[in-house]
Amino acid sequence: MAGATHQRIGILGAARDAVKTALLALGLSVPIVLLRTDQDFSNQLILEPRVGLTLSLVAIAFVARFVWLLIADWHKSRPARATRVPILAGMSVSPEAARRFAVGGLIFLFAYPALALALVGPAGSIKWIDNFGIQILIYVMLGWGLNIVVGLAGLLDLGYVAFYAVGAYSYALLASNDVVKDFMAELIGPAFWPAWAFWICLPVAGILAAFWGIILGFPVLRLRGDYLAIVTLAFGEIIRMVLINWVDVTGGYAGISGIPRPSFFGLPFTASDTGFAATFGIEFTPLHRTIFLFYLILVLALLTNAVTLRLRRLPVGRAWEALREDEIACRSLGINTTNTKLTAFAIGAGFGGFAGAFFAARQNFISPESFTFLESAVILAIVVLGGMGSQIGVAIAAIAMIGGTELLRELDWLKHIFGADFDPTQYRMLLFGLAMVMIMIWRPRGLIANRQPTLFLTSRRAISGDLVKEGHG
Amino acid sequence: MRWETAPLLEIEHLTMRFGGLVAVNDVSFGAGRGDITAIIGPNGAGKTTVFNCITGFYKPTSGRMVMSHAGNADAEQVAALTRSDARFVRHGANTLFLLERMPDYEIAAKARVARTFQNIRLFTGMTTLENLIVAQHNTLMSASGWTVLGLIGLPRYARAEQAAIERARYWLDLIGLTARADDPAGSLPYGDQRRLEIVRAMCSDPLLLCLDEPAAGLNPRESAELGKLLKTIQREHGTSILLIEHDMSVVMEISDHVIVLEYGIKISDGSPEHVRNDPKVIAAYLGVEDEEVAAVERGELP
Repeated sequence: MAGATHQRIGILGAARDAVKTALLALGLSVPIVLLRTDQDFSNQLILEPRVGLTLSLVAIAFVARFVWLLIADWHKSRPARATRVPILAGMSVSPEAARRFAVGGLIFLFAYPALALALVGPAGSIKWIDNFGIQILIYVMLGWGLNIVVGLAGLLDLGYVAFYAVGAYSYALLASNDVVKDFMAELIGPAFWPAWAFWICLPVAGILAAFWGIILGFPVLRLRGDYLAIVTLAFGEIIRMVLINWVDVTGGYAGISGIPRPSFFGLPFTASDTGFAATFGIEFTPLHRTIFLFYLILVLALLTNAVTLRLRRLPVGRAWEALREDEIACRSLGINTTNTKLTAFAIGAGFGGFAGAFFAARQNFISPESFTFLESAVILAIVVLGGMGSQIGVAIAAIAMIGGTELLRELDWLKHIFGADFDPTQYRMLLFGLAMVMIMIWRPRGLIANRQPTLFLTSRRAISGDLVKEGHG
Repeated sequence: MRWETAPLLEIEHLTMRFGGLVAVNDVSFGAGRGDITAIIGPNGAGKTTVFNCITGFYKPTSGRMVMSHAGNADAEQVAALTRSDARFVRHGANTLFLLERMPDYEIAAKARVARTFQNIRLFTGMTTLENLIVAQHNTLMSASGWTVLGLIGLPRYARAEQAAIERARYWLDLIGLTARADDPAGSLPYGDQRRLEIVRAMCSDPLLLCLDEPAAGLNPRESAELGKLLKTIQREHGTSILLIEHDMSVVMEISDHVIVLEYGIKISDGSPEHVRNDPKVIAAYLGVEDEEVAAVERGELP
């Protein structure tokens, strides 16, 4: 289409082409969409024609093709610009613009709960703070954690959710364990453990996850590329299988419920006299906990970011990036690539563990269903879409992917078009796939493909994504 | 004849087999302390294999490679080290290394052997400066307290990093790339990339610098500049250089010692003058009639 001919096809030509597309859509829809098998009251198999839906799809195909061709036509009619930024280079972001964006984003994030409260009131804001705010921030944190492994060190990890699960289950098992509770009651006092369990178990969960990162790291150190991806994928599944089958400890499919909630540094979010609300002399509302959780995950995510940015400027971070660029050259310069990979795995896993512990505390209930391969895929998609190695890109991708999923829940009005049993959230994966394909066409190196150098002699200039390697496992 | 009287690296009976193929067959030679030693030979002679064995990228099938950091190796001590399981041993100011026992990164970090590659292996997505800083990884790693202290932001690490930048700047000045310090290494012209890879290896502070065809793809002017750079490294830093090269003008110009390999076997070893006139070398390079080869091998021809 974008060939050498600059001939315009005009409205008639576009319509003709769009009719062809519509016919093609019709041909595809007839076997797939039009006929639906169902059971009638006497359990007989019947065919239910869905003419309306089929025609809507054909109409969408026609209109989309028509508009697309007209836009393309209009583009051709304009004089070509002298300089075109090659799309391959990805979005070019100057350091100042990135900093402004980061500062603006931070101010917005810290004001977000207040904004939500002011705009939709206490009852409506829970959804916005919890489903949008907290949910997205968990994935931002997971994305940043995985970014260390995939984006910086260039090791393709398809089983990242395993560390998320290790963190979540570590927290759940430790915090709700009676033996630990009794031991602490005897050691310090009965009030200590319920109040502080979260704050002690959170770092422990992170450390345990990092430990499992090393456990995974050892056997896979020799593997590269596809092989590494397969083994990490298997590792994620193994962890999930253990969680399902070790019923005595993990509760199997039933999961673990009644996980202790986090406290406000010792003050529980309850209506009791010693609770958060009573201590500060304000009226009790469950919103307090939600807002607290929001700020907690915000701080955890920012901590992940700060540590990552700092590590990038340390020898270990530069060694990660050098490893992604050329492992053999690293070894020839005396860099112990084994240790370098292990630290990347461990630190990335540690942040996944923190996020997992937070997730367990927030949900109050966890089961293996939250830790399927799909989660790994989503987190990896966030990293790849955002631009490997780019912190802001990953954050934007997380907002788009997770926020987009949550927004699908808001599209109930679509039921008026597609019928009452239409569930927009079912189309999540379709949209993910579509977004992936689009990004790979227009921004093959992710939203923000540029790499910022970690130090400079005279001026800091971003490095085009074309030169940066993706790593080879 | 420093390679006999004062060798930095002594290679004895090095053999490398890949399955049935014998790439390097019982090769022994010494690399003199402070010398520029060239390994030459036709394609497929086993030069790069020798390099990969020295730098630990291959584990040799058999043979011993002794590196002696300060002063000549004492035969007794080498024998004792060989009998033990150790990879290296300290004797006062001197340290002896058995390179065939060491992994590649340890050869670079501890035995201080740095290398470059036939196909340039720069970190293309990192800046020129970053490439030189990564080369100083181990120094900076200990200065950052293995990351822990650096994470807190101790001034000790900041000072070490500043020193590393200064060292990088020195080398950039030397090859005239200071102005391009903040450009990605992958965007440099080919000749600059070759020289950058050499100074990156120098930034890891080696005693022995191994260069695999440093002049490949360079034009005559760039080759001459390269020769000057290597001479400067030899003269001002006392670094010994071991290089593989096809460009005879470079080899004859700068080498103190030339080793010739053919089909994995050493056929000549000596000063450039000696090698240039060695009939076996001439036969290997120019090719001669079969009868002449036989004559050479019988020692009938001069």
